[in-house]
Amino acid sequence: MAEFAAVNRRALTGRRRTLVTPEGVDLSLSLGEFGQRAGAFLIDLIVMVLILVGFSLLVLTFISSIGAQGFEIAAVIWLLGFFLLRNFYFIVMEMGPRAATWGKRAVGLRVIARSGERLIADRVVARNLMREIEFYLPLSFLGYNAAEGSGSGLVALAGLAWTAIFIFFPLFNQDRLRVGDLLAGTWVVNVPKRKLSVDRLQAERPQESFSFTDAQLDVYGIYELQTLEQVLRDDNAETIATVAATIRHKIETTMLGADRDFLIAYYDAARAKMERGLLFGKRREDKFDRTALRLKGPG
Amino acid sequence: MSTAPDIALLPADTRRFRAAREADWRRLEDILTRAEKGSLRKLPDEDLLALPILYRGALSALSVARETSLDLELVNYLEGLCARAYFFVYGVRTTAAARIGAFFARDWPAAVRGLWKETLISGLLMLIGALAGYMLVSSDPSWYDGFVPSGLAGGRDFGASAAALRETLYHDEGTSGLSVFATYLFTHNSQVSIMCFALGFAFGVPTAMLIVHNGTMLGAILALFASRDLGFEMGGWLIIHGSTELFAIVLAGAAGFRIGWSVVFPGEKTRLAAAADSGRSAAVVMGGVVVMLLVAGLLEGFGRQLVTDDMTRYAVGGAMLLVWLGYFYVPRGPANG
Repeated sequence: MAEFAAVNRRALTGRRRTLVTPEGVDLSLSLGEFGQRAGAFLIDLIVMVLILVGFSLLVLTFISSIGAQGFEIAAVIWLLGFFLLRNFYFIVMEMGPRAATWGKRAVGLRVIARSGERLIADRVVARNLMREIEFYLPLSFLGYNAAEGSGSGLVALAGLAWTAIFIFFPLFNQDRLRVGDLLAGTWVVNVPKRKLSVDRLQAERPQESFSFTDAQLDVYGIYELQTLEQVLRDDNAETIATVAATIRHKIETTMLGADRDFLIAYYDAARAKMERGLLFGKRREDKFDRTALRLKGPG
Repeated sequence: MSTAPDIALLPADTRRFRAAREADWRRLEDILTRAEKGSLRKLPDEDLLALPILYRGALSALSVARETSLDLELVNYLEGLCARAYFFVYGVRTTAAARIGAFFARDWPAAVRGLWKETLISGLLMLIGALAGYMLVSSDPSWYDGFVPSGLAGGRDFGASAAALRETLYHDEGTSGLSVFATYLFTHNSQVSIMCFALGFAFGVPTAMLIVHNGTMLGAILALFASRDLGFEMGGWLIIHGSTELFAIVLAGAAGFRIGWSVVFPGEKTRLAAAADSGRSAAVVMGGVVVMLLVAGLLEGFGRQLVTDDMTRYAVGGAMLLVWLGYFYVPRGPANG
């Protein structure tokens, strides 16, 4: 379990990319995961289909209101509308201040230039015109074959392989680049909107006083501390009981008192000790990390 | 076994740190949320003035928090907030109108000029395709169906009589200027040219095939009309919009070749960086190609309906070609700023 968590953390830091602002601070952005990207694209597809349906209904009412002679002009409007939607939905949305389509916004992604420069229009245009061969081409190809009824199994298979190559392309490079990203010099990063909760852990200081020894506070590292923080914020009675029992067993204490109060007290004490350690340059990543403890000893 | 020192002291420090700045962060978040909704103009002046200060305050808080605080939520929150503020503070601020103006005044012609070699190659390929199509169909009309898909031919084939063919030259489908057929052709041509661009990364081979194929189609239709002694009239019918449309397709091919070329011969850069650089300049050309195709669609829809005299058609087509050539290739002074 712990090893799994460690591997998981390594994978997460592997998706971190540095972006140093002119002020000299590394924003350390995380790349969008394949699942997020796929989810965002699906949402965009649904949005586009909904817009198309709404637009078609509008054109239909237009036809019915001015009669059959309006059919031709309505067809022209529909064709142009479809063309604009197909090619410019992504481009226009990504050129906006948030550099994201509705789908990307929903999953907290945005497009940025790989070099850290401004995202200029050329890049947005280039990355989205490539969608034509990544997605629309095989789609219309398959549709054409189905409509003609002439598509042999082999041809359909070739179309499927083509689509698969492009759709799974992001999985085969470490920067999760789509072919369009590759060509435009962009990548897609996480910029989720996070809420800062009220510092409740501060407000509810336990009444009872617990005291811990140094040895008891040295059992865990930063990772465990932050996991404990998460547990306290989630405030699930069952989890808190389990975690409290585990910690009591681990630090071999017989201190009683309410589980939550005990955990808050332990969290406070451990965080105080570790933050003091940070000021002296001691950083203990997790409970397996012994270097910070060794530094403390003489010699 | 020593007991831990005063436990209340240090967390209180990092918590005071948080409490002292929280109001500023929340204000920054609020301003950003409103700005991202696109209502930049509605932001009051004091918010705009405060934004950079709040942003730098948040950045410095992030640096401090990363080194001294173990409050994971706080660090994550500040990272997200700083990233959003960074993209806003250093983001693109030109208005859409200014950007479009710069595109037409400078960026597009410059990008097209930069592609002149590829444009020549692309034009030559189309010419070769047209010649091949013309000669093949002239010698054996059964090639015609192979070159021209029936959807685009619209009844123009070897089964049609000379009179019927003449009819198609002077009376287009549809009664109004904006015929469905013209619109269909516009969207079809745009899709073909986008494909020319996008397929360029496969070393330009599919792009070359598309350009040659387009040329053979052209040659085949010309051969059909020439066989009925309508070659000159067909030329007029074609050139009035074709000088713009074919030029656009040639440029799209050139954009594709540029990408293919830089993938094969990246020079001193890495292949990836070379592809990204050429992809960007080629994308500028592509933006313009869609505009050219729109102009071609208008010429096809309106111009050809209104102008039915052959010589005038040639004149309009030739003039359009001169306009494009002058616009792209006539040297101009260095850009201001």
